[in-house]
Amino acid sequence: MTGALDWIEGAAVIRDPTGLHARPAVKLTKLAKRFSAAVEVRAEGGAVWVNAKSPNAVMKLRAGHETPLSVRAAGADAADALAALLALVDANFDDG
Amino acid sequence: MTAEPPERVIRGAGVVGGVAVGPAWRPAAPAAARAAREAGAPAEEDAALRAALAAAGAQLGALMAAADADGADILEFQAMLLEDDDMLAPAFAAIAQGRAAEAAWAEAFDAEIAAYGDQGDAVLSARAADLRDLRDRVLACLSGAAVAQAAPPEGAVALADDLSPSAFLALDWSRLGGAALTGGGAAGHVAILARARGVPLVVGLEAAAHSADGALVALDADAGALIENPSARTRAAFAARRAAGAAGRAESAAAALRPAVTAGGAAVRVLINVDDPALLDSLSPQICDGVGLTRTEFLFHGAAAPDEDAQLAVYARILAWAQGRPVTIRTLDAGGDKPIPGVTVDGESNPFLGLRGLRLSLRRPAVFRTQLRALARAAALGPLKVMLPMVTIPQELEEARAHLDAACAQLAAAGAAHARPPLGIMVETPAAALTAADFDADFYSIGSNDLVQYVMAAARDNPGVAHLADPRNPAVLALIGRTVAAGKARGVEVSLCGDMASSPALIGALLGLGLETLSCAPAQVGAVKLAIGRVA
Repeated sequence: MTGALDWIEGAAVIRDPTGLHARPAVKLTKLAKRFSAAVEVRAEGGAVWVNAKSPNAVMKLRAGHETPLSVRAAGADAADALAALLALVDANFDDG
Repeated sequence: MTAEPPERVIRGAGVVGGVAVGPAWRPAAPAAARAAREAGAPAEEDAALRAALAAAGAQLGALMAAADADGADILEFQAMLLEDDDMLAPAFAAIAQGRAAEAAWAEAFDAEIAAYGDQGDAVLSARAADLRDLRDRVLACLSGAAVAQAAPPEGAVALADDLSPSAFLALDWSRLGGAALTGGGAAGHVAILARARGVPLVVGLEAAAHSADGALVALDADAGALIENPSARTRAAFAARRAAGAAGRAESAAAALRPAVTAGGAAVRVLINVDDPALLDSLSPQICDGVGLTRTEFLFHGAAAPDEDAQLAVYARILAWAQGRPVTIRTLDAGGDKPIPGVTVDGESNPFLGLRGLRLSLRRPAVFRTQLRALARAAALGPLKVMLPMVTIPQELEEARAHLDAACAQLAAAGAAHARPPLGIMVETPAAALTAADFDADFYSIGSNDLVQYVMAAARDNPGVAHLADPRNPAVLALIGRTVAAGKARGVEVSLCGDMASSPALIGALLGLGLETLSCAPAQVGAVKLAIGRVA
């Protein structure tokens, strides 16, 4: 993901008491993969954006309970991707 | 008549209760026949790895279809990793540069596994087990070696260093009597899976089993032990317990959810001991009145000591699980039989009488302060209590209190939300028990395992003196009674959190000494409450 993309960005707070552990990470990446847009996430205070379509990268964010998670997307369906991912975090990863 | 070989008792932590007697059986390890295949040109290696990934994905899909919800979730994380292009890229890049598929794959995954374990984060460390599992599955697919698992003998006790989640799910548990693992730090997943299936499971065995496959072993997952060469008497006793077990388990499960009351109508508080918070996912907080002991040594099993935020996250998680019930967290109890590289002192002539528990924390103020800050921050989130292990004289409690005061002052200066938690002591040295009234502690918790060992001068793990390490010895009971009296005189709570509190046969004696709060192994809550109900 180079810096030449036009990113749109938002944030939501992780409410799961164990943070962004395996199950939510899988849900997040599966959802991100439905979109053609580039989608990246970053934990509050973290320096790097990571690929939201990589479960390994999302897991290693170690985003904890009550951590605001920033999401950004770029590409054709970026707005839909951003809205969907933020909704998933807001719903505490409860979308099945 | 030839003498039977002596019984050998290997202690561990029972995470799912029950007993089993059966032949020892070691599941086949995933074939690591990395050199079995001739390496070809990069294009061939690339194709070989892609084929192996597809085969591994198909295997996981089949396992997921047969698994329950918990099992399927664990496997799905692994299946998603197989489609993680970012994670696979280094392996394919190495192949393009001429590495063989096996080496490229193993090196790429080993680097990730190290990264997961390195951060001292309990959640990530547990996931490293998934990565190892997946690494070995793909390697087995590459070498063409199907992990041919012979069917276990009926009623066998599975013995392994550790069981990966997918290895656990691939075994036929309807044929197995139970399992004993030497590992345990990463066993969180396996414990959850075993509990769901009612498989008696002991983890963290203090030594490897010597028994040959097929030799009879006895598993006591209630007490947390594997017994090699079980005597005829042990075998008969276990058979009786197993027969009683099926009916008893249903009764215990029902009793666990009810408040504990003696036949005479006296209420008893039953708390649980927590070794690994990952196990809480499979427990209802309704079985207990809180957490009487949280061991924090598991936090320090990673390569680096956990930082304040990582510790806070774990403590917050336990408080959230307890839903308002009190949670007692013990500060690091390293040393003795629990060495931690970089923290404990090597080469002590007698580690049990050396720098361990609070003695060590007072010598490692940076580690201690970090933990106290995390605990004080967690105390703002719910009813948290801090307990100090291996206390001998009141001066040590006062030094610890000064550290806690300083930690709170640092947090206040930084504007961080925190609260000052009650500060209590473990009573596990004879000196602390004899002079309990002299400690200005907010509560006492009797650590009966060490107390028995120190009072009787008999090591816990030495079968030659096992007859002396008797928790019913009058000297032990007198010190427990004295501690209870000191707590009552000072108006503070006294609980008991050692193995005695998990032994139904000892509950009557403990209540007779005036104890009103017990903290036991989660698997024993039902049996303990039933025993309380039988006390007049």
